[in-house]
Amino acid sequence: MLADFNFRIIFEYLPLFLTGLRSTFFISGVSIMLALVTGTIACACRISSIKMLKYPAIAYIEVIRSTPLLVQIYFLYFGLPTLGIRVPEIQTGIIALMLNSGAYIAEIIRAGITSVDDGQIEAGVSSGLNYFQRMRFIILPQALGATVPPLLGQSIVLVKDSALLSLISVMELTRCGQTMTSERFMPTEAFLTVAFFYMCIYFCLKSLADWSQKKLIFREAY
Amino acid sequence: MMAFYFSRLVEIFPFFLKGLWMTTQIAFISLFTCTILGFILGILRSGKNKIIKRLIGVYVSFVRGTPFVVQVFIVFFILPEWGIQLKAFPAALLAMAIMGSAFICEIVAGGINAISKGQWEAGTASGLTLIQQLRLVVIPQAMKVILPPLVGQYVLLIKDTSVVSVIGVMELTRVGWVTVVRIPEGLMVFSLVGALYFVISYPLILLSNYLERRMAV
Repeated sequence: MLADFNFRIIFEYLPLFLTGLRSTFFISGVSIMLALVTGTIACACRISSIKMLKYPAIAYIEVIRSTPLLVQIYFLYFGLPTLGIRVPEIQTGIIALMLNSGAYIAEIIRAGITSVDDGQIEAGVSSGLNYFQRMRFIILPQALGATVPPLLGQSIVLVKDSALLSLISVMELTRCGQTMTSERFMPTEAFLTVAFFYMCIYFCLKSLADWSQKKLIFREAY
Repeated sequence: MMAFYFSRLVEIFPFFLKGLWMTTQIAFISLFTCTILGFILGILRSGKNKIIKRLIGVYVSFVRGTPFVVQVFIVFFILPEWGIQLKAFPAALLAMAIMGSAFICEIVAGGINAISKGQWEAGTASGLTLIQQLRLVVIPQAMKVILPPLVGQYVLLIKDTSVVSVIGVMELTRVGWVTVVRIPEGLMVFSLVGALYFVISYPLILLSNYLERRMAV
Protein backbone atom coordinates (compact mmCIF):
# COMPACT_ATOMS: atom_id res chain seq x y z
CA MET A 1 0.00 0.00 0.00
CA LEU A 2 2.46 2.61 1.16
CA ALA A 3 5.45 0.65 -0.16
CA ASP A 4 5.91 3.00 -3.10
CA PHE A 5 5.40 6.14 -1.07
CA ASN A 6 7.48 8.74 -2.89
CA PHE A 7 9.31 11.05 -0.50
CA ARG A 8 11.31 12.71 -3.26
CA ILE A 9 8.27 14.31 -4.78
CA ILE A 10 7.30 15.68 -1.38
CA PHE A 11 10.69 17.32 -1.01
CA GLU A 12 10.36 18.71 -4.50
CA TYR A 13 7.03 20.27 -3.57
CA LEU A 14 8.08 21.31 -0.08
CA PRO A 15 8.48 25.03 -0.93
CA LEU A 16 4.93 25.04 -2.28
CA PHE A 17 3.63 23.37 0.88
CA LEU A 18 5.48 25.86 3.04
CA THR A 19 3.94 28.83 1.24
CA GLY A 20 0.58 27.09 1.64
CA LEU A 21 1.25 26.61 5.33
CA ARG A 22 2.18 30.26 5.71
CA SER A 23 -0.99 31.26 3.90
CA THR A 24 -3.08 29.03 6.18
CA PHE A 25 -1.42 30.62 9.22
CA PHE A 26 -2.06 34.10 7.85
CA ILE A 27 -5.71 33.42 6.97
CA SER A 28 -6.47 31.74 10.28
CA GLY A 29 -4.65 34.37 12.32
CA VAL A 30 -6.35 37.32 10.68
CA SER A 31 -9.76 35.60 10.73
CA ILE A 32 -9.61 34.67 14.41
CA MET A 33 -8.66 38.25 15.36
CA LEU A 34 -11.50 39.70 13.29
CA ALA A 35 -13.87 37.01 14.57
CA LEU A 36 -13.05 37.93 18.16
CA VAL A 37 -14.04 41.52 17.43
CA THR A 38 -17.20 40.47 15.59
CA GLY A 39 -18.07 37.96 18.28
CA THR A 40 -17.63 40.45 21.09
CA ILE A 41 -19.82 43.00 19.34
CA ALA A 42 -22.46 40.40 18.47
CA CYS A 43 -22.44 39.13 22.04
CA ALA A 44 -22.77 42.66 23.45
CA CYS A 45 -25.78 43.19 21.18
CA ARG A 46 -27.21 39.77 22.03
CA ILE A 47 -27.23 40.38 25.80
CA SER A 48 -28.31 44.00 25.60
CA SER A 49 -31.88 44.86 26.47
CA ILE A 50 -32.33 47.13 23.44
CA LYS A 51 -34.53 45.24 20.99
CA MET A 52 -33.06 46.97 17.94
CA LEU A 53 -29.70 45.39 18.79
CA LYS A 54 -30.85 42.15 20.36
CA TYR A 55 -33.00 40.68 17.60
CA PRO A 56 -30.62 41.31 14.68
CA ALA A 57 -27.85 39.71 16.78
CA ILE A 58 -30.03 36.65 17.48
CA ALA A 59 -30.90 36.38 13.78
CA TYR A 60 -27.22 36.63 12.80
CA ILE A 61 -26.10 33.98 15.28
CA GLU A 62 -28.87 31.52 14.49
CA VAL A 63 -28.57 31.87 10.72
CA ILE A 64 -24.82 31.30 10.82
CA ARG A 65 -25.13 28.37 13.18
CA SER A 66 -27.74 26.56 11.14
CA THR A 67 -26.19 26.83 7.68
CA PRO A 68 -22.97 25.15 6.52
CA LEU A 69 -19.81 27.23 6.23
CA LEU A 70 -19.36 26.13 2.63
CA VAL A 71 -22.72 27.66 1.71
CA GLN A 72 -21.72 30.88 3.46
CA ILE A 73 -18.44 30.95 1.55
CA TYR A 74 -20.21 30.41 -1.78
CA PHE A 75 -22.84 32.98 -0.80
CA LEU A 76 -20.15 35.63 -0.47
CA TYR A 77 -18.01 34.34 -3.34
CA PHE A 78 -20.83 34.33 -5.88
CA GLY A 79 -22.92 37.00 -4.16
CA LEU A 80 -20.51 39.89 -3.65
CA PRO A 81 -19.84 40.38 -7.39
CA THR A 82 -23.58 40.68 -8.08
CA LEU A 83 -23.60 43.55 -5.58
CA GLY A 84 -20.79 45.13 -7.56
CA ILE A 85 -18.16 44.38 -4.91
CA ARG A 86 -15.08 42.78 -6.41
CA VAL A 87 -12.47 41.65 -3.90
CA PRO A 88 -9.79 38.96 -4.18
CA GLU A 89 -10.80 35.42 -3.15
CA ILE A 90 -8.62 35.51 -0.07
CA GLN A 91 -10.51 38.51 1.31
CA THR A 92 -13.86 36.89 0.56
CA GLY A 93 -12.62 33.84 2.42
CA ILE A 94 -11.44 35.81 5.43
CA ILE A 95 -14.78 37.65 5.61
CA ALA A 96 -16.63 34.33 5.48
CA LEU A 97 -14.49 32.79 8.22
CA MET A 98 -14.81 35.95 10.31
CA LEU A 99 -18.61 35.99 10.09
CA ASN A 100 -18.84 32.25 10.74
CA SER A 101 -16.54 32.11 13.74
CA GLY A 102 -17.90 35.41 15.04
CA ALA A 103 -21.29 33.82 15.65
CA TYR A 104 -19.80 30.87 17.55
CA ILE A 105 -17.50 33.16 19.55
CA ALA A 106 -20.47 35.34 20.48
CA GLU A 107 -22.15 32.26 21.98
CA ILE A 108 -18.94 31.23 23.79
CA ILE A 109 -18.55 34.67 25.34
CA ARG A 110 -22.23 34.79 26.27
CA ALA A 111 -21.96 31.40 27.98
CA GLY A 112 -18.93 32.72 29.86
CA ILE A 113 -20.73 35.84 31.02
CA THR A 114 -23.93 34.07 32.02
CA SER A 115 -21.86 31.49 33.93
CA VAL A 116 -21.07 34.21 36.47
CA ASP A 117 -23.52 33.91 39.33
CA ASP A 118 -26.15 36.67 39.73
CA GLY A 119 -25.12 37.09 43.35
CA GLN A 120 -21.71 38.29 42.22
CA ILE A 121 -23.28 41.04 40.18
CA GLU A 122 -25.60 42.00 43.02
CA ALA A 123 -22.61 42.15 45.34
CA GLY A 124 -20.96 44.49 42.85
CA VAL A 125 -24.05 46.67 42.69
CA SER A 126 -24.30 46.92 46.45
CA SER A 127 -20.60 47.78 46.68
CA GLY A 128 -21.41 50.81 44.54
CA LEU A 129 -19.54 49.71 41.42
CA ASN A 130 -20.94 51.02 38.14
CA TYR A 131 -21.57 48.84 35.08
CA PHE A 132 -18.06 49.11 33.63
CA GLN A 133 -16.39 48.58 36.97
CA ARG A 134 -18.51 45.47 37.56
CA MET A 135 -17.55 44.19 34.12
CA ARG A 136 -13.89 44.99 34.66
CA PHE A 137 -13.43 43.71 38.23
CA ILE A 138 -16.07 41.06 38.77
CA ILE A 139 -17.58 39.54 35.64
CA LEU A 140 -14.74 39.46 33.12
CA PRO A 141 -12.04 37.94 35.36
CA GLN A 142 -14.38 35.06 36.15
CA ALA A 143 -15.82 34.74 32.68
CA LEU A 144 -12.32 34.51 31.19
CA GLY A 145 -11.80 31.13 32.86
CA ALA A 146 -14.93 29.83 31.18
CA THR A 147 -14.19 31.32 27.76
CA VAL A 148 -10.48 30.92 27.00
CA PRO A 149 -10.43 27.11 26.58
CA PRO A 150 -13.48 27.03 24.26
CA LEU A 151 -12.06 29.99 22.33
CA LEU A 152 -8.89 28.01 21.69
CA GLY A 153 -11.13 25.12 20.64
CA GLN A 154 -12.86 27.46 18.21
CA SER A 155 -9.50 28.51 16.78
CA ILE A 156 -8.73 24.83 16.09
CA VAL A 157 -12.05 24.60 14.25
CA LEU A 158 -11.23 27.76 12.34
CA VAL A 159 -7.87 26.45 11.13
CA LYS A 160 -9.61 23.33 9.85
CA ASP A 161 -12.41 25.40 8.32
CA SER A 162 -9.88 27.48 6.42
CA ALA A 163 -9.30 24.36 4.29
CA LEU A 164 -12.67 25.05 2.65
CA LEU A 165 -11.22 28.20 1.12
CA SER A 166 -9.31 25.93 -1.25
CA LEU A 167 -12.66 25.47 -3.02
CA ILE A 168 -12.74 29.14 -4.02
CA SER A 169 -9.13 28.78 -5.20
CA VAL A 170 -7.38 30.48 -2.31
CA MET A 171 -3.81 29.21 -2.39
CA GLU A 172 -3.60 27.63 1.06
CA LEU A 173 -2.45 24.27 2.38
CA THR A 174 -5.24 22.10 0.99
CA ARG A 175 -5.08 23.87 -2.36
CA CYS A 176 -1.37 22.96 -2.54
CA GLY A 177 -2.36 19.32 -2.18
CA GLN A 178 -4.88 19.73 -4.99
CA THR A 179 -2.27 21.45 -7.16
CA MET A 180 0.23 18.66 -6.61
CA THR A 181 -2.43 16.05 -7.36
CA SER A 182 -3.39 17.69 -10.61
CA GLU A 183 0.22 18.24 -11.73
CA ARG A 184 1.74 14.89 -10.81
CA PHE A 185 -1.27 12.75 -9.94
CA MET A 186 0.14 11.58 -6.65
CA PRO A 187 -2.83 12.02 -4.33
CA THR A 188 -1.44 9.76 -1.60
CA GLU A 189 1.70 11.82 -1.12
CA ALA A 190 -0.10 15.12 -1.59
CA PHE A 191 -2.98 14.68 0.82
CA LEU A 192 -1.10 12.77 3.49
CA THR A 193 1.46 15.60 3.58
CA VAL A 194 -1.34 18.14 3.85
CA ALA A 195 -2.91 16.09 6.64
CA PHE A 196 0.45 15.92 8.41
CA PHE A 197 0.81 19.71 8.44
CA TYR A 198 -2.71 20.16 9.76
CA MET A 199 -2.00 17.60 12.48
CA CYS A 200 1.05 19.63 13.56
CA ILE A 201 -1.04 22.79 13.91
CA TYR A 202 -3.75 20.80 15.68
CA PHE A 203 -1.39 19.35 18.28
CA CYS A 204 0.16 22.75 19.06
CA LEU A 205 -3.24 24.38 19.55
CA LYS A 206 -4.62 21.37 21.40
CA SER A 207 -1.83 21.35 23.96
CA LEU A 208 -2.28 25.10 24.39
CA ALA A 209 -6.00 24.56 25.01
CA ASP A 210 -5.36 21.73 27.49
CA TRP A 211 -2.74 23.80 29.28
CA SER A 212 -5.04 26.83 29.57
CA GLN A 213 -7.80 24.63 30.91
CA LYS A 214 -5.52 23.19 33.60
CA LYS A 215 -4.26 26.66 34.54
CA LEU A 216 -7.73 28.09 34.79
CA ILE A 217 -9.11 25.22 36.83
CA PHE A 218 -6.16 25.72 39.16
CA ARG A 219 -7.18 29.35 39.55
CA GLU A 220 -10.77 28.44 40.22
CA ALA A 221 -9.69 26.36 43.22
CA TYR A 222 -8.72 29.50 45.10
CA MET B 1 -33.26 41.17 -14.63
CA MET B 2 -33.73 40.25 -11.00
CA ALA B 3 -37.36 39.25 -11.59
CA PHE B 4 -36.38 37.19 -14.63
CA TYR B 5 -33.78 35.27 -12.64
CA PHE B 6 -36.24 34.82 -9.82
CA SER B 7 -38.78 33.20 -12.13
CA ARG B 8 -36.03 30.97 -13.54
CA LEU B 9 -35.15 29.98 -10.01
CA VAL B 10 -38.77 29.10 -9.27
CA GLU B 11 -38.80 27.04 -12.46
CA ILE B 12 -35.87 24.89 -11.39
CA PHE B 13 -36.94 24.64 -7.77
CA PRO B 14 -37.66 20.87 -8.09
CA PHE B 15 -33.97 20.47 -8.80
CA PHE B 16 -33.25 21.98 -5.38
CA LEU B 17 -35.73 19.65 -3.75
CA LYS B 18 -33.85 16.73 -5.30
CA GLY B 19 -30.66 18.10 -3.79
CA LEU B 20 -32.39 18.48 -0.45
CA TRP B 21 -33.52 14.85 -0.65
CA MET B 22 -29.93 13.75 -1.38
CA THR B 23 -28.64 15.78 1.57
CA THR B 24 -31.27 14.26 3.83
CA GLN B 25 -30.37 10.78 2.65
CA ILE B 26 -26.64 11.28 3.28
CA ALA B 27 -27.37 12.93 6.61
CA PHE B 28 -29.69 10.18 7.85
CA ILE B 29 -27.56 7.26 6.74
CA SER B 30 -24.44 8.78 8.23
CA LEU B 31 -26.16 9.83 11.47
CA PHE B 32 -27.27 6.23 11.86
CA THR B 33 -23.90 4.61 11.09
CA CYS B 34 -21.94 7.23 13.02
CA THR B 35 -24.08 6.73 16.11
CA ILE B 36 -23.64 2.96 16.09
CA LEU B 37 -19.91 3.07 15.31
CA GLY B 38 -19.39 5.96 17.70
CA PHE B 39 -21.05 4.10 20.57
CA ILE B 40 -19.04 0.92 19.94
CA LEU B 41 -15.75 2.85 19.72
CA GLY B 42 -16.65 5.03 22.68
CA ILE B 43 -17.41 2.02 24.89
CA LEU B 44 -14.12 0.40 23.85
CA ARG B 45 -12.26 3.66 24.45
CA SER B 46 -13.57 3.95 27.99
CA GLY B 47 -12.70 0.29 28.63
CA LYS B 48 -9.61 -1.25 30.12
CA ASN B 49 -7.67 -2.61 27.11
CA LYS B 50 -4.70 -0.24 26.71
CA ILE B 51 -3.83 -1.20 23.12
CA ILE B 52 -7.37 -0.71 21.83
CA LYS B 53 -7.60 2.58 23.71
CA ARG B 54 -4.40 3.85 22.13
CA LEU B 55 -5.42 2.77 18.63
CA ILE B 56 -8.76 4.53 18.93
CA GLY B 57 -6.94 7.54 20.36
CA VAL B 58 -4.70 7.77 17.28
CA TYR B 59 -7.72 7.45 15.00
CA VAL B 60 -9.63 10.13 16.87
CA SER B 61 -6.69 12.57 16.83
CA PHE B 62 -6.22 12.01 13.13
CA VAL B 63 -9.86 12.81 12.43
CA ARG B 64 -10.00 15.78 14.80
CA GLY B 65 -6.68 17.14 13.61
CA THR B 66 -7.39 17.29 9.90
CA PRO B 67 -10.07 19.19 7.98
CA PHE B 68 -13.01 17.20 6.70
CA VAL B 69 -12.30 18.25 3.10
CA VAL B 70 -8.87 16.65 3.33
CA GLN B 71 -10.46 13.47 4.69
CA VAL B 72 -12.92 13.44 1.81
CA PHE B 73 -10.04 13.82 -0.65
CA ILE B 74 -8.11 11.05 1.09
CA VAL B 75 -11.08 8.67 0.84
CA PHE B 76 -11.92 9.62 -2.70
CA PHE B 77 -8.43 9.87 -4.25
CA ILE B 78 -6.24 7.58 -2.18
CA LEU B 79 -8.41 4.50 -1.78
CA PRO B 80 -8.47 3.91 -5.57
CA GLU B 81 -4.64 3.90 -5.49
CA TRP B 82 -4.89 1.01 -3.08
CA GLY B 83 -7.32 -0.82 -5.33
CA ILE B 84 -10.58 0.20 -3.67
CA GLN B 85 -12.75 1.91 -6.28
CA LEU B 86 -15.64 3.83 -4.81
CA LYS B 87 -18.30 5.90 -6.52
CA ALA B 88 -18.89 9.39 -5.18
CA PHE B 89 -21.95 8.50 -3.09
CA PRO B 90 -20.45 5.56 -1.14
CA ALA B 91 -17.19 7.49 -0.80
CA ALA B 92 -19.13 10.36 0.74
CA LEU B 93 -20.89 8.01 3.15
CA LEU B 94 -17.58 6.40 4.11
CA ALA B 95 -15.92 9.76 4.75
CA MET B 96 -18.90 10.88 6.83
CA ALA B 97 -18.81 7.63 8.82
CA ILE B 98 -15.08 7.97 9.52
CA MET B 99 -15.42 11.59 10.59
CA GLY B 100 -18.64 11.39 12.58
CA SER B 101 -17.87 8.22 14.49
CA ALA B 102 -14.63 9.71 15.84
CA PHE B 103 -16.44 12.73 17.25
CA ILE B 104 -19.31 10.66 18.67
CA CYS B 105 -16.78 8.21 20.13
CA GLU B 106 -15.26 11.04 22.19
CA ILE B 107 -18.68 12.19 23.39
CA VAL B 108 -19.69 8.66 24.43
CA ALA B 109 -16.36 7.94 26.13
CA GLY B 110 -16.63 11.24 28.00
CA GLY B 111 -20.13 10.34 29.17
CA ILE B 112 -19.14 6.87 30.35
CA ASN B 113 -16.06 8.17 32.15
CA ALA B 114 -18.26 10.64 34.01
CA ILE B 115 -20.02 7.73 35.74
CA SER B 116 -18.42 6.87 39.06
CA LYS B 117 -16.57 3.59 39.61
CA GLY B 118 -19.03 2.70 42.36
CA GLN B 119 -21.78 2.14 39.80
CA TRP B 120 -19.71 -0.48 37.99
CA GLU B 121 -18.79 -2.11 41.27
CA ALA B 122 -22.42 -2.18 42.35
CA GLY B 123 -23.21 -3.87 39.05
CA THR B 124 -20.53 -6.49 39.61
CA ALA B 125 -21.76 -7.02 43.15
CA SER B 126 -25.29 -7.61 41.89
CA GLY B 127 -23.91 -10.32 39.62
CA LEU B 128 -24.46 -8.53 36.33
CA THR B 129 -22.20 -9.39 33.40
CA LEU B 130 -20.13 -6.67 31.78
CA ILE B 131 -22.65 -6.19 28.97
CA GLN B 132 -25.52 -6.02 31.45
CA GLN B 133 -23.65 -3.49 33.57
CA LEU B 134 -23.19 -1.32 30.51
CA ARG B 135 -26.71 -1.70 29.22
CA LEU B 136 -28.64 -1.52 32.49
CA VAL B 137 -26.51 0.62 34.78
CA VAL B 138 -23.90 2.76 33.06
CA ILE B 139 -25.33 3.78 29.69
CA PRO B 140 -28.73 4.94 31.01
CA GLN B 141 -26.95 7.28 33.44
CA ALA B 142 -24.28 8.34 30.94
CA MET B 143 -27.06 9.21 28.45
CA LYS B 144 -27.73 12.38 30.48
CA VAL B 145 -24.21 13.59 29.75
CA ILE B 146 -24.08 12.22 26.22
CA LEU B 147 -27.39 13.40 24.76
CA PRO B 148 -26.99 17.21 24.56
CA PRO B 149 -23.58 17.20 22.82
CA LEU B 150 -24.70 14.26 20.67
CA VAL B 151 -27.58 16.24 19.20
CA GLY B 152 -25.20 19.18 18.74
CA GLN B 153 -22.89 16.85 16.86
CA TYR B 154 -25.80 15.76 14.64
CA VAL B 155 -26.26 19.39 13.60
CA LEU B 156 -22.57 19.59 12.73
CA LEU B 157 -22.82 16.35 10.75
CA ILE B 158 -25.77 17.64 8.73
CA LYS B 159 -23.84 20.81 7.94
CA ASP B 160 -20.72 18.84 7.06
CA THR B 161 -22.64 16.94 4.36
CA SER B 162 -22.20 20.11 2.30
CA VAL B 163 -18.48 19.34 2.02
CA VAL B 164 -19.03 16.11 0.08
CA SER B 165 -20.23 18.28 -2.81
CA VAL B 166 -16.52 18.63 -3.69
CA ILE B 167 -16.42 15.08 -5.04
CA GLY B 168 -19.49 15.68 -7.14
CA VAL B 169 -22.30 14.24 -5.06
CA MET B 170 -25.43 16.04 -6.27
CA GLU B 171 -26.57 17.32 -2.91
CA LEU B 172 -27.92 20.71 -1.95
CA THR B 173 -24.68 22.71 -2.06
CA ARG B 174 -23.66 21.12 -5.33
CA VAL B 175 -27.06 21.98 -6.80
CA GLY B 176 -26.51 25.60 -5.78
CA TRP B 177 -23.04 25.54 -7.29
CA VAL B 178 -24.33 24.16 -10.58
CA THR B 179 -27.26 26.57 -10.65
CA VAL B 180 -25.19 29.69 -10.02
CA VAL B 181 -23.42 29.12 -13.33
CA ARG B 182 -26.70 29.44 -15.19
CA ILE B 183 -28.41 31.96 -12.92
CA PRO B 184 -25.68 34.42 -11.98
CA GLU B 185 -27.45 35.71 -8.87
CA GLY B 186 -25.20 34.34 -6.12
CA LEU B 187 -27.08 35.98 -3.27
CA MET B 188 -30.44 34.62 -4.40
CA VAL B 189 -29.28 31.08 -5.18
CA PHE B 190 -27.28 30.59 -2.02
CA SER B 191 -29.92 32.24 0.16
CA LEU B 192 -32.25 29.54 -1.09
CA VAL B 193 -29.67 26.82 -0.40
CA GLY B 194 -29.03 28.28 3.06
CA ALA B 195 -32.77 28.45 3.79
CA LEU B 196 -33.18 24.78 2.90
CA TYR B 197 -30.32 23.81 5.23
CA PHE B 198 -31.91 25.99 7.89
CA VAL B 199 -35.11 23.99 7.57
CA ILE B 200 -33.33 20.72 8.42
CA SER B 201 -30.85 21.86 11.01
CA TYR B 202 -32.70 24.51 12.99
CA PRO B 203 -35.16 22.10 14.64
CA LEU B 204 -32.19 20.03 15.78
CA ILE B 205 -30.48 23.13 17.20
CA LEU B 206 -33.63 23.92 19.15
CA LEU B 207 -33.75 20.31 20.37
CA SER B 208 -30.13 20.49 21.48
CA ASN B 209 -30.75 23.77 23.35
CA TYR B 210 -33.78 22.19 25.03
CA LEU B 211 -31.86 19.07 26.04
CA GLU B 212 -29.04 21.18 27.41
CA ARG B 213 -31.48 23.00 29.66
CA ARG B 214 -33.31 19.79 30.64
CA MET B 215 -30.19 17.81 31.45
CA ALA B 216 -28.32 20.63 33.17
CA VAL B 217 -29.93 19.88 36.53
